Amino acid sequence: MTRPMTDRLASLGRGGINTVGSLGRSGVFLWRALAGIPRPRVGFPLLVAQIYSVGVLSLAIVVVSGLFIGMVLGLQGYTILSDYGSEQAIGQMVALTLVRELGPVVTALLFAGRAGSSLTAEIGLMKATEQLSSMEMMGVDPLRRVIAPRFWAGFISLPVLAVIFSVVGIWGGMLVGVQWLGVFEGAFWSNMQSAVDFGDDVLNGVIKSLVFGVVCSWIAVFQGYDCVPTSAGISSATTKTVVYSSLAVLGLDFVLTAVMFGGF
Amino acid sequence: MTQRTSEITVGLFMVAGFAALLMLALQVSGLSLKPTSDTYTVYADFNDAGSLSPRGKVAMAGVSVGRIRDISLNQKTFQARVAIEIESKYDGIPADSSAVIRTSGLLGDQYIDISVGADEASLADGDSFFETQSAMNLERLITNFASGR
Repeated sequence: MTRPMTDRLASLGRGGINTVGSLGRSGVFLWRALAGIPRPRVGFPLLVAQIYSVGVLSLAIVVVSGLFIGMVLGLQGYTILSDYGSEQAIGQMVALTLVRELGPVVTALLFAGRAGSSLTAEIGLMKATEQLSSMEMMGVDPLRRVIAPRFWAGFISLPVLAVIFSVVGIWGGMLVGVQWLGVFEGAFWSNMQSAVDFGDDVLNGVIKSLVFGVVCSWIAVFQGYDCVPTSAGISSATTKTVVYSSLAVLGLDFVLTAVMFGGF
Repeated sequence: MTQRTSEITVGLFMVAGFAALLMLALQVSGLSLKPTSDTYTVYADFNDAGSLSPRGKVAMAGVSVGRIRDISLNQKTFQARVAIEIESKYDGIPADSSAVIRTSGLLGDQYIDISVGADEASLADGDSFFETQSAMNLERLITNFASGR
């Protein structure tokens, strides 16, 4: 009777220790990756190559999703707003929704699925095939050579992608609202311009996407670096990257929104 | 993919990002690059400023001629003192014009409308409106009517 009880208690404790240990490892890991700033001559080409694979190659999915999300916003907004005879407000609705919320959040979710998972799998496979440990043998710091460029590439790419997402989405909303449903174009833009503030709305959106950039890249590279070096371990690390990134982005988004727009 | 090609695409990617941010600034949030120094300030004292707010519209005959800079309480007369920035090109507003608070549409925002006077002299920087008309307060109107005053 007492035996299973203590077993259960022990497994609870083990879970707690593992969680705290992994949090601590990820913190130390982030610190070491950040401290290992790549030297300009060697590091810059590595960074460029990573921005290419993380940012430029994610452009297609981001542009297409942005276009369709903007078009859907335009269409939904029109049906609701036309009940109140204020279709002109569609411009400000589409722009504020995209710039404040959907731009940073949806881009971060897409980024976690498209780029984060591939970063994890790549680093995990490097670990499983002992490329990381052979780098260490040759006196090359894998954190500086492999992890830091990937982390910084994610941090730089995500805000750029988010801004492009917002612009494409607003264009999609205009396409549906103005070209298709016939909202007056002048009112569309002037309502948008009077409602959107550069500092409060656009820059806060950019700050959000910077935070998401740190979180998504951090989770992706850490899960790859910390994975169990087997095929099952890599697959579960990839899954964890997508799940943890999505949850962290949505949770942090609420906190950031409350701080930025909640009026505290 | 050679090093050079990927560098060029990354460069294009960054340029596209900055162009998108510029587009958000200029087209979406209506940020203006030209300096806003070419204005002069006049004041209007209202008994009730209603829901006027800074950056609000100031119009003449329906055309926007300036905007509200600041609203404060005059401690001596207990009136709302509204500082209005008017664009310098509209420099011939007669000195006996009056400032009226109006509502755009039935439920829209309140703005200041300048009703033109007939004076030869014009309003200059630092002048106050001689005559003002406060916001129409529907609740107060109904109360006054109901209590028979």
